[in-house]
Order: sequence, then C-alpha cells, then structure tokens
Amino acid sequence: MTTADTKQSSALRVEIQQILSAQQQPTITILSSLLAVQDSIHYLPEEAIKETARFTGETTNEVWSVASFYTNFRFTPPGEKTLDVCWGPSCHLLGAQSILESVHSALEVTEESESPDGKVTLKYNTCLGACAQGPCIAIDHRVFGKQTPQSATKIALDLRGLKS
Amino acid sequence: MPTPFEELKTRALKRWGEFTSDEKAWIRIGGGTSGQAAGADLVFDSFKSTVDSSGANANVSMVGAMGLMYMEPQVDILMPDGVRVFYGNVEPSEAQEIVTQHVNEGKPLLDRAFAYSGGDGTTTGSLPSLDSLPTISFQERIATRNFGETDPHDLLQYIARGGYEALNRALTEMTPEEIVDEVKASGLRGRGGAAFPAGVKWGFLAPSTAPIKYVLCNCEEGDPGAFNDKGIIENDPHTLIEGLIINGYATRSTHGYVFIRTGHNLPIEAARKAIQDAYDVGLLGKNILGSDFSFEMEVSLTGDSYVAGEETALMEAIEGKRATPRFKPPFPAAAGLWQKPTNINNVKTLAYVPEIVRNGSGWFKDIGTETTSGTAIVCLSGHITYPGMYEIPMGMTIRDVLEKIGGGVSEGERIKVLQAGGPLNGLLGEDAFDTMIDFDAMSEAGASIGSGGIIVGNETTNVVDLLRNLIAFNQFESCGKCFPCRLGNTHMLEILDRMCQNKAKSSDLALIERVGVSMKAGSLCGHGQLGFNPIASALKYFGDEIEACLAGDLPTPGVFGDGTMILPTRTRP
Repeated sequence: MTTADTKQSSALRVEIQQILSAQQQPTITILSSLLAVQDSIHYLPEEAIKETARFTGETTNEVWSVASFYTNFRFTPPGEKTLDVCWGPSCHLLGAQSILESVHSALEVTEESESPDGKVTLKYNTCLGACAQGPCIAIDHRVFGKQTPQSATKIALDLRGLKS
Repeated sequence: MPTPFEELKTRALKRWGEFTSDEKAWIRIGGGTSGQAAGADLVFDSFKSTVDSSGANANVSMVGAMGLMYMEPQVDILMPDGVRVFYGNVEPSEAQEIVTQHVNEGKPLLDRAFAYSGGDGTTTGSLPSLDSLPTISFQERIATRNFGETDPHDLLQYIARGGYEALNRALTEMTPEEIVDEVKASGLRGRGGAAFPAGVKWGFLAPSTAPIKYVLCNCEEGDPGAFNDKGIIENDPHTLIEGLIINGYATRSTHGYVFIRTGHNLPIEAARKAIQDAYDVGLLGKNILGSDFSFEMEVSLTGDSYVAGEETALMEAIEGKRATPRFKPPFPAAAGLWQKPTNINNVKTLAYVPEIVRNGSGWFKDIGTETTSGTAIVCLSGHITYPGMYEIPMGMTIRDVLEKIGGGVSEGERIKVLQAGGPLNGLLGEDAFDTMIDFDAMSEAGASIGSGGIIVGNETTNVVDLLRNLIAFNQFESCGKCFPCRLGNTHMLEILDRMCQNKAKSSDLALIERVGVSMKAGSLCGHGQLGFNPIASALKYFGDEIEACLAGDLPTPGVFGDGTMILPTRTRP
C-alpha cells in the first residue's frame, strides 16, 4: 500500500466512523450499520467491514457474514447512477426480458455490472413494488413504469449522456 | 377538562375543515410507489406550481393512492360545493387547463373526467358516480378505507376520519384480555399467508410476565406481484401504527418494530414520519394518551433477502444478522427477538385491528365467509385490463375478481394462467377460476391468497417459461441454510432451463418431482418446503403443456429465441 492509499484509507475510516455514530434509531446492529454506510457512500469498502466490527464489538468475520448475505450490498464503488430493472414474474409476462436485453445493449454490459464509462450500474431487481405499472425500472430507487425496450434504451443512454 | 384524545380530535377536525371548507377547493393527487411509477410526483409538482403561481383558491395534497392503478396518475378535485370530480391518466401539462377551468371557473372538464362523487349529479352531466364503477362497487374497504382520501403524512387527517378512536377506546374502556378476546371473536386470520387465527396467536404472548416483550410488524413483502403491505404503509401508515400499538397493549408488550426492506423509500419514509408524529402527540412513548400504558416503536430495515420475511429469519435480521430461519421450538411467543417473548403479524392483519376494535368483532365476522372473515386485499397485475389494488370481501370468486373488477384480459381473448399468492404458491388454470377467494378454498385449489398478489397471464403465456421465472426467483432467494432448498432450487432451475431450450430428457419429470419431495422433507422453512408448489400446481393444470415441452414440441421462449433467460448470477456464499 502506498502512502497516498494509506491517507485515503484513513480519511475513509474517519468518514465511516462518523456515519456509524450518526445512526439515529434506538436499535443499532451490524446490519443497520452496514446499511447506513452503504446509504452514504454507496458501497462497503474493506474499511467499512473493519470499522463496523469495531463499532459493534463483533468480529470482522461476523460483519462479513452479514455483508455477504444481503444482495443489496456491494464492495466496489458503483456507477454514478444505479439502474434497476425488474425481472419478477409480473414484469416478466409484460416483457421484462426484452427490456433487460435493450438495457444491456445501451449500457454495453452482458450482466449486472457497470457500464464501461463507469456512469451506470445495472442491477436486476426481483420486485420494485409497482407491479400494476409493469414493466418497471428504477433510477436510484425512483420507479418508472410502463417501459418498452425503446423507452428503457433512451433512459439508459440518457444516464450515460449519450444520444439515442 | 377534555382528555388528551379529545384535544387531538378537536385539532384534527379543525384541520380537516380547512381542507373541506365551503370556501376552498381541494386538489388531491394519488401517490404511492405505483403512482410515482406512473409520474404522479411530476403531476403533483405541476398542479402545485400552477395553483401557487395563478393564485387559484385551492389546497393541493399528495394523498394515498386509491388503488385504481390503471387510472394513475389520478387527480381529483373537491369543490367548495361538495362535488368531487376524478381525472385519470393525467399528464403534468394538463394542470393549467384543469385548474383554470375546473377550480377557477367552476366548470369541470367532463369529457376528461372518469367519475364524480358528492352532490346530486346535476352538475356533472353524464359522468358515472365513483361508487358505480365496478372497480369500486365490488370493494369493501376496511384496511384501505383512507386510500385516496387523506395525506398519509398528516396524522391529523387520519384522526379526523376516526383514526386512533380504537386505541383510545382500548386504553380507556378495555382490558388487554378483552381486546385479545375481541380479535379472537372477529375470526381475523393472519394475512401473511399462514392464515393462523390472529387472536389465538396474540393469546400465546399475552400471559407472559417478562419485563420486555416485542410485537413485530412484517412488511418485508418480497413477493413479486404483491404490493398491498407496502401499499398500506405508504398510503395510510397510521392504520398500521394504531394496529401495532393496540397489538402491543393487548399483549402487554413494551416494544414494536415495523420491518421493511431497504430501498422501498416511500413506505420507509411514511412509516418513519408516522411513528415520529405519533410520538410528538403522545400516541407513542410513556403513558400513551394519559394511560398507564407505555410503548416504544421504531422502523427496522432489512437488506435484500426474501427469506427475511419468514418470522424467525426476520428476528435474525432485526438483530442485525444473516436472515436465516431458526429451528422451532422454541416458538417466538416463548423466545423470539433477542430471546424475549415475541409476536409477529403481517401489515394487513394489523391494519384491520383498529376497525375491529372500533366497530366490534361481530361487524367484522359478518364480512367474508364462514371460515375466513373480513376482506382480501388483492393486487392485480400482468395481462389484465384494470391492474390495481382492490379490497374485496372474502368469498368472491377468482373469476369475478378478474372479470368484474379486473375487466378481463388486456390483450388476446382469454386468461390462461394465474400466479396467485407469491412465488412459493401455485399456478392456477381456468379450471380453478370459480374457486372462492378464502383461505381454505384457495388452499384446496393448490394456491393461496398468501400475499394477495394475482399475476395474470393471457393465452400467449408459456407456462414452462413462467415456471422457470418463479423457480429462478426462489433459487436466487434461497438463504442457503438448508441444502435441499439451496441445491434443490438450483436443480429445478437447471431442468426448467433444459425444458425451455428443448433439451429436456424424458426422465426429467420424475427427477424434478424427486427433487421437490426432498426439498419439502428437508427444509427448515417454507422457502424450501413450498418450493415445489409452482411445479406441482402447473402439473395439475397444465400437464399437457409440460408433456409437450418435454417432448420438444413447444417453441422456445425468450428474447434470443433459443430459450435462454437473462438472470442474475450473484448468489449468497
């Protein structure tokens, strides 16, 4: 690790410590702590695992077991925006696979991952909670219904600053 | 001297009067996640800025969604004369015209509106009354009574419409035992899927004299196709908060948790605000409404995990651990959250409680069927003309719900398949459509009301492809604790994948059935035990199609034409 890395890491540690101690709700756990960190910095760096262990008085092993279980947690920085595409059965019947295919192509990805320009993270979502408006997608948890391959392509390209 | 509740009620009625006065119009825009998905927030912004900039004499509120999701974004205007007119599928650009003509000039856009309520109909031309629409008239709205009426972020509007009367009555006139008896007598059964009598369950916890006891409200609601739990919280959170406080009082509990999955921001924000507001006026905390009952409540968030909705896994998640199920016994009433006595109820179950306490168990018992009293909150989605959230009396047939309320299939000629009650429950074919919606009749048909979601597939639906989607969900969401579930779902998915790609072997059917038997026998919770349900029910209703698929006689589904499906590759380690 270079000196610059160490500095960055120690700044990150301080930031994470502040996030952890700023939790408001009465019940504070490993899970609540990890959710708070990811809410703020959008992923869980190694420092988050270690600091959460220290903060909650648990082992890093315990913290890692929780972090690796819930599929919303990620361990590398995401793109600037996260695009969720629903693949649940209701949206599936209404054409979710075509939406996924067109989004893959607009983001130049073949699975859940970041677009090559780092602007967009694609996630597959099991249900966005607005099935009556399916097929659904969401940008940073804001849901958009009644998608078509064309509209989803446009949204995905817009997020990358590209013209459709 | 007025009691604390009387003071609140006075404030509430005054506030309600400000919105429903005979001097000012009230523009209500239906919100919720579904509303948002249709653009209701943009419509709200547009109406708000139009009213603000033009000085129109109107209040503008984002209210709970009425449930007519095919009409979203939905806007209604209550004029000072008491006549209310409803507009559907409103675009933000229409705000100017609607405000100018309807609010300022008193001329509703009758060609643009879809219904009216209030008044005698003389000023609304040939518009139908709201209550005459089939999507409303077949409903019996109890848990959803405030949908479309009140601002979910306004505690006083909830109180103005009778809210917290039940809690006040419970605390001042009833003992905890009397409430448990009342809930037992109402016949209320758990709406999370297991249908266990709620009063009996409450009765397991009530006698414990432990100093700390928990009541938990389960709003994990991971079932695709179900949005009524989140719907209740985001559209009328106080009906749940009130229900949970009464649940706490009846069981002499000290703490309540509302358990929601991260990322569902509208219900999370609504629940947090409702709890804070209830604390601020003495409906939560020490000595509620001046009584000697004290009760604390908070929102607990879980990460993405479907199994976290299982009651013991849910407790693990609140404790901050991996959401995997525990062995039972001990049962939650003996040793639950942090090993303390605990009671868990689904959102819908609790949402009925205020009205049961307010109106009496007999009133509730009279609604629905002999064995399942009350209503079902049905979520219709998929190939259906009028998707939405509808609260219907138990005992309606599936066919009536699909045809009379849902308006039938949206494309094509007939409905072929239903997926009812979440991905651990069955597929239903037409032979089952005359089944009555109640817990026992649905269970006999090989399905479940479960979460209340009904996903509709038209005749173009490839049943094997739909099955693969469901099993893929179950495979992705297996928590991994029990290997028959973890591996069984993976095996079943592989076989269904082969079937969809016309690569199945004739022995695959027997193999998939064997896997199903092992999962049922060897899994700790419903996720594995019920995991074969979709396939078992598909064999019952669509056996021919599955045989044809095994023989390679069906066209391959999917966007690539080769029968493959785009699926997540992440799994739990």
